[in-house]
Amino acid sequence: MSNIPADLRFQKSHEWARLEADGTITIGISDHAQQALGDLVFVEAPEPGRHVNAGEACAVVESVKAASDVYSPVSGEVVAGNADLGGQPELINTDPYGAGWIMRVRPDDKAQFASMLDATAYAAALAAETH
Amino acid sequence: MGNTVMGMRTPLFDTHVAAGARTVDFGGWDMPVNYGSQIEEHHAVRRDAGMFDVSHMCVVDLRGDRVRDYLRRLLANDVARLTQPGKALYSCMLRDHGGVIDDLIVYYMNDHWYRMVVNAGTRDKDLDWLRQVAAGYGVAVEPRTDLAMIAVQGPHARAKVAGIIEPTIAKRALEIEPFFGIDTGKLFIARTGYTGEDGFEIMLPAEQAVALWQGLRVVGVAPCGLGARDTLRLEAGMNLYGNDMDETTSPLESGLGWTIAWEPQDRDFIGRGALAAQKAAGDTRKLVGLLVEDRAVLRSHQKVLVAAVGEGEVTSGTFSPTLQRSIGFARVPARTGDRCEVEIRGKLVAARVVRPPFVRNGKVAIAV
Repeated sequence: MSNIPADLRFQKSHEWARLEADGTITIGISDHAQQALGDLVFVEAPEPGRHVNAGEACAVVESVKAASDVYSPVSGEVVAGNADLGGQPELINTDPYGAGWIMRVRPDDKAQFASMLDATAYAAALAAETH
Repeated sequence: MGNTVMGMRTPLFDTHVAAGARTVDFGGWDMPVNYGSQIEEHHAVRRDAGMFDVSHMCVVDLRGDRVRDYLRRLLANDVARLTQPGKALYSCMLRDHGGVIDDLIVYYMNDHWYRMVVNAGTRDKDLDWLRQVAAGYGVAVEPRTDLAMIAVQGPHARAKVAGIIEPTIAKRALEIEPFFGIDTGKLFIARTGYTGEDGFEIMLPAEQAVALWQGLRVVGVAPCGLGARDTLRLEAGMNLYGNDMDETTSPLESGLGWTIAWEPQDRDFIGRGALAAQKAAGDTRKLVGLLVEDRAVLRSHQKVLVAAVGEGEVTSGTFSPTLQRSIGFARVPARTGDRCEVEIRGKLVAARVVRPPFVRNGKVAIAV
């Protein structure tokens, strides 16, 4: 069973997002996504300063099995990519909601974050996908 | 990722699920793909011992007075090379036009009995073909659905198996030479595998499979899924039917020329004429190993570009846990040299052409 923290927001495409105290949004992939992908071997996070649009593929996570795009849930400026993933992509497997974060974005419009799925809605989306 | 149609299950299915396996459909079977980290499962086989449920593979006993003649007609490799009981042979089984129906292992048990192991995904067409050709030789084709099969692989695999089976059988098992199998009555034990490591493949009555699996678990043999099986076989330079060859490709185009027994010249095996014509025509595509230095992973069906020569296609690709780089096989034009480019997710990535295996017996086997 996958872990779905109640304090995060999600997308159907399996990204999670957390609103930080400084107004930025941290983005990663869900526990369900890392389980489905299996062992991660490469992660390509976007460069700070890049402007991304909501729904844009802006990072790539590649496992032994498959490569997968990561879609930004919000439009905004990338303020950081997780440099630790360069040498330790497996952080996404071991700690998808913590040390395995992928990027941080300063949103143009916080309403985009508010409109994401909450944990209950994401759990329902997962259930619909797997049954 | 749920399955709407339930697949076939091996006698170990419930054991896999209880151990936390993620399962996938493989040739109509619900099989474990991994039990946690497939990279750790891979390393367990390279460094210690791992086990695979390969009960989905199809064991077929072939019996009859003319079974040797039958197999000499049926297979591109020549069972006449098998003179000692228990000796195994790897071969392709071909259509008349030279396309590969399947790759398989055949054990010479005695002059009236050979045992064959064919792939799960090709089982039905294989059995049809085996029976069709058998009609002319009075050979009985008997699929052994009563048997399960467990592959135990790795540098410590044989010792661990020997430690948990009957001492008299264990003693015999440890004396098995590479690429031989013995029938001990209860267990059929062969020193074969699909990982590039030493080990055994053990066939046994289906109802005894769980006990053997649990016994191996207790002595520290790691359960491994199809994910690790794929990375291990690729590192070992071993083909996968359906990826690296099929009925549209001949063994000559699939890195399997070494499995064709051309001598004696009067052995008329099925597909011989087509292979001889292909060889005479020359300029046949070839299957090569690829190594990528960039942070990108080869995957089946990616396009390969060979400057001034032509194009090819990746047939299998993955990330090699041992090399920490991507490796794969590709079918390319005959004149391909030692470099090429692969189109990976919209970018051209440089790759080196290398001769598999990439890894054998725990050691890197190519210049990196």
